[in-house]
Amino acid sequence: MKVTIGGAVKPGTTRVNKTGGWRNFRPLYNKDKCVKCGLCSLLCPDSSIQEQEDKYVIFDYDYCKGCGICANECPKDAIEMVLEEK
Amino acid sequence: MSGKMTVVEGSYAIAHSVKVCRPNVISAYPITPQTHIVEDLSQFMADGEIPNCEYINVESEFSALSALVGASATGARTYSSTSSQGLELMHEVLFNASGMRLPIVMTVVNRAVSAPISIWNDHQDSISQRDTGWIQLYAENIQEMSDMTAQSFKIAEDKDVMLPAMVCMDGFILSHVFEPVILLEQELTDEFLPTYDPEYVLDTRNPLSFGTFADPSAYTEFRYLQQKGMDVALGKIEKAAEDFKTIFGRYFGGLIEPYMAEDAEILLMAMGSVVGTIKDVIDKARSQGIKVGLIKVRTFRPFPAEVIRSAVSDAAIVVTLDKNISVGLNEGALFTEVKSCLYNSDINVPVMGFMLGHGGRDIPMSTIQMIIDKAAQAIKSGIKVESEYADLRGELL
Amino acid sequence: MSRLAPGHRGCAGCCDAMAANFVLEAVGDDAIVVNPTGCLEVMTTPYPESAWEVPWIHSLFENTASVASGIEAALRALGRKGDTKVIAMGGDGATVDIGILGISGAFERGDDITYVCIDNEAYMNTGVQRSGATPFNASTSTSPPGSQSFGNSRPKKNMPAIILAHGSPYVATTSISYPKDMMRKVKKAVDIEGATYIHAHAPCATGWRFDTSKTVEIGKLAVETALWPLYEIEDGEITSVRKVKKPKPVEEYLKAQGRFKHLFTMEGGKEEISKIQDIANWNVEHYGLL
Repeated sequence: MKVTIGGAVKPGTTRVNKTGGWRNFRPLYNKDKCVKCGLCSLLCPDSSIQEQEDKYVIFDYDYCKGCGICANECPKDAIEMVLEEK
Repeated sequence: MSGKMTVVEGSYAIAHSVKVCRPNVISAYPITPQTHIVEDLSQFMADGEIPNCEYINVESEFSALSALVGASATGARTYSSTSSQGLELMHEVLFNASGMRLPIVMTVVNRAVSAPISIWNDHQDSISQRDTGWIQLYAENIQEMSDMTAQSFKIAEDKDVMLPAMVCMDGFILSHVFEPVILLEQELTDEFLPTYDPEYVLDTRNPLSFGTFADPSAYTEFRYLQQKGMDVALGKIEKAAEDFKTIFGRYFGGLIEPYMAEDAEILLMAMGSVVGTIKDVIDKARSQGIKVGLIKVRTFRPFPAEVIRSAVSDAAIVVTLDKNISVGLNEGALFTEVKSCLYNSDINVPVMGFMLGHGGRDIPMSTIQMIIDKAAQAIKSGIKVESEYADLRGELL
Repeated sequence: MSRLAPGHRGCAGCCDAMAANFVLEAVGDDAIVVNPTGCLEVMTTPYPESAWEVPWIHSLFENTASVASGIEAALRALGRKGDTKVIAMGGDGATVDIGILGISGAFERGDDITYVCIDNEAYMNTGVQRSGATPFNASTSTSPPGSQSFGNSRPKKNMPAIILAHGSPYVATTSISYPKDMMRKVKKAVDIEGATYIHAHAPCATGWRFDTSKTVEIGKLAVETALWPLYEIEDGEITSVRKVKKPKPVEEYLKAQGRFKHLFTMEGGKEEISKIQDIANWNVEHYGLL
């Protein structure tokens, strides 16, 4: 891929880099406990928790680094960090 | 020369040139002897004479150039001016601007660098920045400087160049002297200089990221492309001078300007205002039958190796005059680079170098005459000392 | 898409990423962002990738504010300003230390930018060296504890006070542990004309040494112990303060982080902890936190 003069780069292109491989633990989502507060999605440093139209969330395991902030902050303990099975 | 002449201070002529080039963002910090340029520009701004322009009164030269990095990346035509310590303070940003391919234009009003502190003219400031990837042009007199300013925007902003440009004029000698000058006419300048229209800009309609970090697998190629821009600039500098001549009717040379050089045995080489003095000495020497000539170097970066080689090939000796020094090498930059560009060629002309005029030390005609005499001696009995001061005051040592 | 794109190289639980996301969500797509050299810049833009969805520029380490001033001036000169916000987002080192000159100039001129300091209290990207924002007695790689030292011997530089002295119309402290509060304040800052300032406390799991899942928890403790007061100052007057009804003892905050662990094991550590408690008590008094 040819370099652009001055190195200007297109937006959002880090998506080619799947950071999911970094994980030791993965978040396990218990939809039944979820009250759709949206906090996990807001907090996720890797924008890997997407709010759906119905306000429940889905986790993007391609990028999730397993930091555990979502699980630690969920007010309803609807997320549990479990060991990543390789 | 056509056009109406007015007697103005050198700085005013430059400020006027900048004004008619329609800059969008000017950002500068005052430093002697650049001050009159930015003061004149401030007055133009205050009187509304520069439309579509913002003037940022920054708190340091570092900030001055940094602000222009942001402005230029946004698509603005940008201008600053500085000297000496200010240019040194900008050092980091100089590399940054060139690497990001931002065609900022800056007048460097050449002044010696501290320590010892000096406000007077020499070329140490701009010469010490020759590796930063900026185009460097040097003017002989105010008219040339005024004209060169407009040319530099055109050269820098060319799509195949896209490199920042430093236009150098000797502090006090050119900046604070009043001379009759033909100020650039707005209509002619509009004809000469197209609007700035860069390909990549900071724009919310088309978001891009500038200044990303490059790991070893990609870095070298950016340097290569900068050099390529410089290579293209060689031709663009000559073309800009030709285009300028077509529209304004004035021409001061392209990459170099030869003066009585065709049959010269002794060929002097120099940059900046000292060229004026040298031309007078050459006229006198010629009248006495001495075959001496001059190559005025207008462009120091890109270094015009090819045209220099062609220009000096028939001389018996080349003598460079440098208002700068690389301490530790004991050579001026023009000397080092001219000598170097001849080394691997089959041009077997010896090169002598004189360093002079440091810290604003005056260069009278007698000094130039002494240099010519030494060169004539060297043709007969070889070069004894290849690089030395022409004006060292032994009584102070 | 008003957040950083995934795939960036930030640590798991990265406070910088969170801060950037909150700013981006608060401001929206009509923004141009300037970053200095630092974690955020390096982790989001390895050539040829970028995690930024808005126009973004990185120049040098110390010139964030100056570059932002230039962008803002250019937008006006070119008639392209519209509602576009120019946001300078820099780390604590780039803000309170090496970048302070440019910030002072921009704020003195009142250029229409918003400066967000993401304060993780050390030069994290280069290996956790001490900055002017490193708190009293914190361990960093250039202020380690030892037989002659309890760590960083100076209090945190009060950057909001410095900005205030420049006459900024809006200065606010925030914490990434209180995202809605932070987003509200950022939105307010960008909508106010002139140079406005947001200081965001950002706990860094890597540099402060705690489990990556605890970023928000640690940030809350900083606020709950009164070590990091949350307030807004508009036109020189404090207009809002987050009250801390019963401030927790600073030990709770300090013992949760590896960078203060030495205070609990060294002789004289207890005395040092009480000095930190004094700082918290002063904050309660000075900002009216009760």
